[in-house]
Amino acid sequence: MPTREIAGKTIDFDDENFMSDHTQWNEDVATELAKEEGIEQLNDRHLVVINFMRKEFEEKGTGPSIRRLTKQSGVPTKELYALFPGGPAKKAARIAGITKPQGCV
Amino acid sequence: MTAAEPVKKISIIVAHGGLDEVYPALIMANGARMEGIEASIFFTFFGLNAIMKKMVSKLKVATVGNAALNLAMPMMKFPITTPFPTLMGTLPGVSSMATWMMKQEMEKLDVPPVDEFLEMISDAGGEIYACKLAMEMFKLTEDDLIEQVQSVLTVGEFYEKSAGAQIIFT
Repeated sequence: MPTREIAGKTIDFDDENFMSDHTQWNEDVATELAKEEGIEQLNDRHLVVINFMRKEFEEKGTGPSIRRLTKQSGVPTKELYALFPGGPAKKAARIAGITKPQGCV
Repeated sequence: MTAAEPVKKISIIVAHGGLDEVYPALIMANGARMEGIEASIFFTFFGLNAIMKKMVSKLKVATVGNAALNLAMPMMKFPITTPFPTLMGTLPGVSSMATWMMKQEMEKLDVPPVDEFLEMISDAGGEIYACKLAMEMFKLTEDDLIEQVQSVLTVGEFYEKSAGAQIIFT
């Protein structure tokens, strides 16, 4: 299992570059992971999405579907795609420090 | 050995308008957008049913001529091998029942109803088109179509828009 040093913390990753232990996450780690995903600066709206994904993950053991995410977090579909260009599901999950989303929707 | 080239763009052609015939295309198109893949859906022939204002919420599962309906049997607590005789499919209310059941299961899986799904795909940057020839055949006008339809295309225009895409016919 690959381990990398991010924002001064040693973080475990799975083979697809998702964090394998979400408890190692903090906002500084998120900032660095966002840069790796091409997002230079995380704003409040990114954080709404990320925090919602983490909350869902902690409660259910898996990230939310896009529909659930947009309906419950209050970030509409259009904005979600603008916040995480090039694939919101995987990108947001990676930055949120949770494992790869398992759903098809 | 070089890694296989990732899929960058897909164009899905939907030529049938049953609920079970439309959903797979919507799921594939939405899934593409989720992965950052460009996606468009071209509705033609009976597929137009799915983008008509009056019909988008009324699509049905066909229970006649569907030889694989046994798959739905476990939903009613019967073994998956239970046959579904065609004659039964002709009874009043059976198609509505099958449709209701599929909608219930889809909702449980967090798959939206067709109208909401098309809106979601459109908001996600997916493109939705209608076939000009089929529109003329069925005497439809753009006013009959839901607002998410970007335009009515000829076949030639569809291929132009699909440049660089993998084209999937459903």
